[in-house]
Amino acid sequence: MKIHEYLARNLFAEFGIPIAEGDAAQTSDEALFIAHKIGFPVVIKAQVLAGGRGKAGGIKIAGNEKQLVYEFNRIKNLNIKGYCAQRLLIVKAIDIKKEYYLAVTIDNIKGDAVIIASAEGGVEIEETAKAHPDKIIKFYMQGDKILDEARWGPVAVRLFNDARLQQSATSILKNLLKLFFEKDCSLAEINPFVVNKDGNLVAADAKVVFDDNALYRHPELIALRDLKYEDADELEAKDEGLSFVKLEGNVGCIVNGAGLAMGTMDTVNLLGGRPANFLDVGGSSNPQKVLNAVKILLRNKDIKVILINIFGGITRCDDIANGILTALKQIDIPIPLVIRLTGTNEKEAKALLTQAGLTIYTSMRQAVTQAVKISKD
Amino acid sequence: MSILIDQNTRVIVQGITGRDGSFHAKQMADYGTKIVGGVTPGKGGQEINGIPVLNSVKEAKDKTSCDAAVIYVPAKFAKDAILEDIANAIPLIVCITEGIPVLDMVEVKKALSHSQSRLVGPNCPGLISPGKAKIGIMPGHIHKSGDIGVVSRSGTLTYEVVYNLTINNMGQSTCIGLGGDPIIGTRFVDVLKLFQEDPQTKAIVMVGEIGGGDEQLAAECIKKHVTKPVAAFIAGRSAPSGKRMGHAGAIISSGESTADAKMQILRDAGVIIVDFPDEIPQALTARLKLRG
Repeated sequence: MKIHEYLARNLFAEFGIPIAEGDAAQTSDEALFIAHKIGFPVVIKAQVLAGGRGKAGGIKIAGNEKQLVYEFNRIKNLNIKGYCAQRLLIVKAIDIKKEYYLAVTIDNIKGDAVIIASAEGGVEIEETAKAHPDKIIKFYMQGDKILDEARWGPVAVRLFNDARLQQSATSILKNLLKLFFEKDCSLAEINPFVVNKDGNLVAADAKVVFDDNALYRHPELIALRDLKYEDADELEAKDEGLSFVKLEGNVGCIVNGAGLAMGTMDTVNLLGGRPANFLDVGGSSNPQKVLNAVKILLRNKDIKVILINIFGGITRCDDIANGILTALKQIDIPIPLVIRLTGTNEKEAKALLTQAGLTIYTSMRQAVTQAVKISKD
Repeated sequence: MSILIDQNTRVIVQGITGRDGSFHAKQMADYGTKIVGGVTPGKGGQEINGIPVLNSVKEAKDKTSCDAAVIYVPAKFAKDAILEDIANAIPLIVCITEGIPVLDMVEVKKALSHSQSRLVGPNCPGLISPGKAKIGIMPGHIHKSGDIGVVSRSGTLTYEVVYNLTINNMGQSTCIGLGGDPIIGTRFVDVLKLFQEDPQTKAIVMVGEIGGGDEQLAAECIKKHVTKPVAAFIAGRSAPSGKRMGHAGAIISSGESTADAKMQILRDAGVIIVDFPDEIPQALTARLKLRG
């Protein structure tokens, strides 16, 4: 789960990581109020959950009231990767002496938490990592959640020459690690991590991502989720125990299992069609899920055919067949269904559906070929 | 020979009194797997389908001499279940449970690194040596005993691949589902080495997918260690590019993880890449003939 910068900043403050003074504003009046409190010049930052805000024009500096109101209104109406910011963060402009990078994340392959730091922070950090891997410091926690400073202290020493900055960075890193482990983060990132003209360290940006699987341990974090960034259909699907992602095409797909769902989309594509969605009904056999899946798909008016591809394992094909029959009875399905069922209880399923006059495919390729053909008629 | 499990493997089922645990314990036993006991704390002394329920892994190990454990407990309790197996030096742990927090898996990984246990999963379908034993949730009847080793990150897509092998009369030595979580116990590289050493396995099928860096590591491993033919299908070519997570992910992986990039890297390592899962049997047959 991603959260906005202004909320991540609150967490930073709570954990003792220094941030620039400021607050989030929904109106230009609020923005002016904040700016007067902290003093000009201020930086205005669009609060959208997308990278590249600065490059999209979503971050600007304002030296006076007039500039602030002008930029506030401009940025508020800016479309950044499909989203308009509901809030803008107004922070005191920092006089930056140098930009660093500091983050804690998980290295999946090593199965370990890792500190990543660089003396060359800023928006070009990924290019730096590629071109000069030697400029990136990585420190693995080796499964350790105990914040033993003696172990990871050298990270700060390698990052800074000045003893005072080393000390300050060590304490900030300790707090970042604390935040990372206490809140079950998958990422806690400060970029840029800056030294200002007074020689103090400040987090000039705050990025925190939480592990969805661990949210049950942190009910307080649920309130930080911004539902505007989640497609209404995708959210509803989630509530129904379905995993759904909308795409651009016209072949609706209902599949069991994420891998097979992707494989089905790929096959639709390679055979000349365009998948309308990714939809995984999961491992359960509940016929209601099929009904809900059909309902969600039918909301997309572009869809010309529904392709159901089920490989029964835990999922029993006859349960899926009953779900299809229920859907046919309860809702008006104005487009053709192409059904492929194989695996557990496939015979029973075929009997049920053949009686109802439906054609059942055993081969995935044949079913996809048929669905693609219909989508082009 | 097969890898990791066979007809002699003695399996305990953790979470055997739950809905999934009891159902699959029976399915596995019906397939021929030696299910020697179940573990549910506080419910020891019962029997489920004739399988004795014990209170702890330690008790189960003492009484049944089990050498494998399969876990069906809810995500909240899965870490402790795995750690209990590791503490009791169970050689093979298969975790079916999905939704385990990542930091729980970091703890598990640390414990595994100092242990004699191997973990398969979590969030996986398990593994099967056809005709001998299955530990997991896959439908046994689509498999057939033979000489193809199958290793996959997926569940139902693996069934699709196995089904196509079986209807083309290409049986399998062992099929193993590694699991879809970010942190897993056993990876492609581990299984590739086991298949390379297994005399029964003549060829290997890999089913990968978009994301992560495992297929890239597999390609390196194949170049160095694998002389048997390998065919691969990579799912997710048509998936929209993933939602990014700050810069740290990109710095860590420092490589492309799209399906197309993975296919190219594997192709460069000599792997046969197919576009459709049903092309694997023909592609492998052709390569095996070529080798004589």
